[in-house]
Amino acid sequence: MTELLRVEHLNKAYGEVPVLQDISFTVNTGEVQVVLGPSGSGKSTLIRCLNGLEPYQSGTIYFQGQKVDPTPKNWQLLRQKIGMVFQSYDLFPNLNIMDNITLGPIKVQKQSKATAQKEALRLLDTVGLADYTAKFPRELSGGQKQRIAIVRALALHPDFMLFDEVTASLDPEMVRGVLEIMANLAKQKMTMIVVTHEMNFAQQIADNVLFLDDGHILESTPGKDFFTNPQTDRAKEFLQSMDF
Amino acid sequence: MSWQIIQQSLPMFQKGFILTLQMSALGILGAIILGLMCSLCQYFKIPVLKQIVGAYIELSRNTPLLIQLFFIYYGLPGIGLKLSAYTCGIIGLIFLGGSYMAEGFSGGFDGIPNSQIESGKAIGLSQGQLTRYVVFPQGFALSIPALAANIIFLIKETSIFTVIAIPELTNTALDLIGLYYHTNEYLLVLVVGYAIILIPLSIILTWLERRIRYGTFGD
Amino acid sequence: MAHSGINLIFEGQNLPRLLGGLWITIRVALIAIIAGGVLGIFLGVLRTFKNRFLRFILRLYLEFFRIVPTVVLLFLFYYILPKSMNLNLPAAEVATLVFTLWMAAEASDIVRGALISVPQHQVDSGLAIGLNRSQLYYYVLIPQSLKLMLPAMMNLISRIIKTTSLLLLISVLDVINVGQQIIEANQKQYPQGAFWVYGVIFVLYFLICYPFSLLAKKLQKD
Ligand SMILES: Nc1ncnc2c1ncn2[C@@H]1O[C@H](COP(=O)(O)OP(=O)(O)OP(=O)(O)O)[C@@H](O)[C@H]1O
Ligand SMILES: [Mg+2]
Repeated sequence: MTELLRVEHLNKAYGEVPVLQDISFTVNTGEVQVVLGPSGSGKSTLIRCLNGLEPYQSGTIYFQGQKVDPTPKNWQLLRQKIGMVFQSYDLFPNLNIMDNITLGPIKVQKQSKATAQKEALRLLDTVGLADYTAKFPRELSGGQKQRIAIVRALALHPDFMLFDEVTASLDPEMVRGVLEIMANLAKQKMTMIVVTHEMNFAQQIADNVLFLDDGHILESTPGKDFFTNPQTDRAKEFLQSMDF
Repeated sequence: MSWQIIQQSLPMFQKGFILTLQMSALGILGAIILGLMCSLCQYFKIPVLKQIVGAYIELSRNTPLLIQLFFIYYGLPGIGLKLSAYTCGIIGLIFLGGSYMAEGFSGGFDGIPNSQIESGKAIGLSQGQLTRYVVFPQGFALSIPALAANIIFLIKETSIFTVIAIPELTNTALDLIGLYYHTNEYLLVLVVGYAIILIPLSIILTWLERRIRYGTFGD
Repeated sequence: MAHSGINLIFEGQNLPRLLGGLWITIRVALIAIIAGGVLGIFLGVLRTFKNRFLRFILRLYLEFFRIVPTVVLLFLFYYILPKSMNLNLPAAEVATLVFTLWMAAEASDIVRGALISVPQHQVDSGLAIGLNRSQLYYYVLIPQSLKLMLPAMMNLISRIIKTTSLLLLISVLDVINVGQQIIEANQKQYPQGAFWVYGVIFVLYFLICYPFSLLAKKLQKD
């Protein structure tokens, strides 16, 4: 198992208020790391720090064994290797589906338009939306938009993917389709860090669980154990509160 | 009300009408260019220029066009800068309109949700690419209703050019009234003249506002 | 030398005269803002009612005052009131009337916009506790929409004040008119008088309007 991402002693505060404290963990290639924790515990902030959308005060991130130099320019280069999907999909409303997906490959990775479009079509097909290339985001349902957002991230062939509660604003009947896509990715050994409130899904895909509370990692437990036998009382309470 | 008097006056009004359109077009074009440059200085927070633009916008927005025109036309010759009435009118309209357009553009740029910028960053776009593919297209679309409203506003403001004797629509009407006293007729033609220009524009504006609000960005 | 020109402002009665003109200007604006504001709130409320005919008439009134430039409005009232209605008002009062009606038209649109953006469930809960329509407006809708309409109102007020500069056109003895008289009377002695007098009036308008624009920005933020 090769190490893909290592975070050491990460500290992050908004003004005076600490939000992440002394966060350390490792993610290996092909592994699914699920991040759980109560609302406000810092899950989104952690995910955003991992692709440089939030600056952090101290700590080090190693990516493929290399220390990440946290300058804006450097993050910009790294981001094409890190796919990220947001809760609110955030497709570009001014671009159609094809252009949404190929913008990164063409402009950032300088792929030819033909190559990028071919790959986009292939990916769209895997999520069942190959007929939607000419449509605009406003013409799609929430679930469809979220699937496109995943494809948009995958189109850059990232080394790992970050998901932040990507099903949280979807109608229940849309949730399954999106989760299936993520489960498939896990099966194909995509390295992923996933924040979710879908406990059954989390149990199904997690190789390891990071349990966050109040900005600290309270426990880091293999997925097969966490849901049946969490190490801390806080995690037990949390699982109970989630009706699990 | 006499139809004959109206008919006789029409050639004069036609000239005024065309002048109003010409000066509006030039002034609005200049205002859009100036406004865009100003809003870019502010959006990219360019030091010094940003402060200058801020001061200009406040000065321009908080003083009447009439006094701006008087200052340019009657005041500036006092310090050796003499310009024709026509030039003064255009400069005045650009000085006034530039700040309104700048705020229109800025409103559009500021209206882009932060999450759009972030998802652009997340796919690795550079600052320049972000501007080109996310900020500009969305910001422009969002600022269109404000720009359209400003265009209507600026066209109406050209009526003030009459104070420096530019023979546009209003000036034509006032001149004719002074000469022949057919007040009702000339005022009617005047109102109709503005209505011909402004009613279609105002209908387009309403349509644009609806479209932008419910269509393009109904995400 | 251009610098000496500023003395013109402080010579004799010039400054008090200018300020006297400014007061005329401000008085027109003040009455228009208050009377037009009250009328505008009333009309804005009416425009949220279901009656189609009423809404159409009020919309027509708004569009008329929107489409016709204020200069033209002033002349329309200035020439037509005495002729067709036999109403001989002093120019300053004609102007006050025009600005009041204009303020009311624009204010009615702001008020309507704010009222209809109060969420429906607020209306429902108001009705659910048994409020009648006027109570609903008085206790629920108007207080809640006030916050929404204030920034636009501040901008409107500043627009009204700026537009009073047009009073000159129908020969009201406003600050600009007084300024012109001062410039003309001192043409020989102060050839650059126009630069200073109009410069000062420019600054005066700025000083009056700037606070409103600051206030509008501040209200918009919170
Ligand atoms: N921009 C910000 N400025 C100040 N504080 C913030 C900001 N964003 C988040 N916070 C605070 O940081 C803490 C962690 O927020 P975060 O969004 O990471 O939580 P979360 O675990 O993702 O919660 P949720 O499950 O509700 O999404 C919270 O206390 C939040 O109030
Ligand atoms: Mg979150």
